[in-house]
Amino acid sequence: MATGPVKRSFAPWEDPDAKAFIRFDNITKRFGEFTAVDDLSLDIYEREFFALLGPSGCGKTTLLRMLAGFEKPSEGRVFLDGHDITDVPPHRRPVNMMFQSYALFPHMSVEKNIAFGLKQDRMPKGEIADRVAEMLKLVKLEAFARRRPDQLSGGQRQRVALARSLAKRPKVLLLDEPLGALDKKLRGETQFELMDLQMELGLTFVIVTHDQEEAMTVSDRIAVMNEGRLVQVSTPAVIYETPGSRYVAGFIGDVNFLEATVVTAEDDRFELTSDKWATRIVATAGDHRAEPGETAWLSIRPEKMRISLDQPEDTSVNCVPGEVWDVAYLGDISIYHVKLDSGEIVKSSVTNLTRLVERPITWDDRVWLSWPRDAGVVLTR
Amino acid sequence: MRRGPSWFNIVSLLIGFSFLYLPIVLLVIYSFNAGRNVAVWAGWSTRWYSALLQNQQLLDAAWVTLRVAFISASVATVLGTLAALVLVRQGRFHGRTLFSGMVYAPLVMPEVITGLSLLLLFVAINFDRGFWTVTIAHITFSMCFAAVVVQSRLVTFDRSLEEAAMDLGCPPAKAFFLITLPIIMPAIIAAWMLAFTLSLDDLVIASFTTGPGATTLPMRIYSAVRLGVTPEINAVCTILVGVVAVGVLVASVITKRQEAERQRAERMAAANR
Repeated sequence: MATGPVKRSFAPWEDPDAKAFIRFDNITKRFGEFTAVDDLSLDIYEREFFALLGPSGCGKTTLLRMLAGFEKPSEGRVFLDGHDITDVPPHRRPVNMMFQSYALFPHMSVEKNIAFGLKQDRMPKGEIADRVAEMLKLVKLEAFARRRPDQLSGGQRQRVALARSLAKRPKVLLLDEPLGALDKKLRGETQFELMDLQMELGLTFVIVTHDQEEAMTVSDRIAVMNEGRLVQVSTPAVIYETPGSRYVAGFIGDVNFLEATVVTAEDDRFELTSDKWATRIVATAGDHRAEPGETAWLSIRPEKMRISLDQPEDTSVNCVPGEVWDVAYLGDISIYHVKLDSGEIVKSSVTNLTRLVERPITWDDRVWLSWPRDAGVVLTR
Repeated sequence: MRRGPSWFNIVSLLIGFSFLYLPIVLLVIYSFNAGRNVAVWAGWSTRWYSALLQNQQLLDAAWVTLRVAFISASVATVLGTLAALVLVRQGRFHGRTLFSGMVYAPLVMPEVITGLSLLLLFVAINFDRGFWTVTIAHITFSMCFAAVVVQSRLVTFDRSLEEAAMDLGCPPAKAFFLITLPIIMPAIIAAWMLAFTLSLDDLVIASFTTGPGATTLPMRIYSAVRLGVTPEINAVCTILVGVVAVGVLVASVITKRQEAERQRAERMAAANR
């Protein structure tokens, strides 16, 4: 697709002159005593595929519903394309939403469902028919136009919901856990279809999900939320490789934390030490708020920890001994749970490059775990 | 392993059903009695049915009853639906418990008390008793039944359907009429039918609140019976039983059809997954 290369260099959030398409300005939302969203500000850019990620109750759905107009912020303003839409009712907003339950009208056929929004705009009949046909083609449901929603499978219903929410060509498409009801395989396929669709139509998509893999797959940027606040907003790669806190590191992917004391914390050189190990822990990235003498954690992903039976030549840096505690064979990779001599259990994952049924490393083996200096991140929170 | 019903089961069934239906069966049989004396069988005849058509008093009473039932059921359904909407949708508002209690109180209130209090009200405000007072009284007590029926449907109604309609550019009121109302319509029809039947049946409340020229069929039958049961009354009652039975049958057939339709749709959905 022609948009491929464009997509690769797509990073308006790095451009200080770029104008926000959607802006949440100091938004607070309270439901009685409960604060669902707490003084949150966020900019989303045009043509971005943006994911709101977090555990249930973190405020991500509330944020999305404020964009759709179903909830009014207790404080703060919402802007869309430069206009303040805080007080605009949902039926006058140029955004459409795909609901988690799909919310298909059960008493209407697939084509009537898709035409519903167009009819509300009093579009001429001929144009409605053309648009509906176009949408049905887009989601490959031409043969099902006259079916009622209860005569469709889950995947087909999901497509109808998508077609209905896209029919009005909204400026922004909001997706509330759009793939939650699909089985895993279908979900994976649909994720790629969503990405293609978003690039093809050049629309801004905002998706709410609690599935970190889904957020990583589809989105340009992810906002990790917790307790009504943004914890970190960045690209999937930055969030995965340079998490800003232990919460983010733990929420996205698998991670090990090694607790130790800060010795040095400079620009690109962080050193931790602990009497638990003979080795020094050195990393090239970390939290610059770290102060010598403070407790900090080295956050390191399992796939970045090398496991070996032989003692490495240099054990003075980033090298700890332990014993294999558990082995999980997943086919493509094996995950070793290693109990360090200091008592912690850490994970190391190894890609199974050969068809060895007898694995060289197994239960109770003495092993060494080592990792390069640029593999881990030092976190203070 | 298949086994036929045991003797015990057959006897239990017979006793149970006789207890329920013997009086009605007797009533139906005696409505075809040729003789005037209710207790003595004098051969088959349909003369009491043709006599019914000549009995202007009974026909008038039936007409009054139907009109009262139709109007009161319609108004009660609208009011009951509104009450159900507030109870389900408004969330926790001040006085909700009190309000919902008050909506349901007439369900358990003795009819005599409901009738008496309405009578006192009509007398106090000097409202001429007759057709309209009976109708109003029937609206009062059947509204809560309608509210219960509609409420139970609304509880399971997915609000996101309305939100989806609004999201697609439909103002809230229009969304209610285009989306919510058609979907909950079966419950509303059921509520209407329940209210209609309740009104058709009622003797006590109607007796308290009626006036000259507004005698309902149950009242007419009751007063006729006090002078002695005639086969004519048996005939009226047989017709009523027939009407109710047909109504119940039709309703259950419709429900069965819908269920079968739904299952077929599900199979179809599963087949083209």
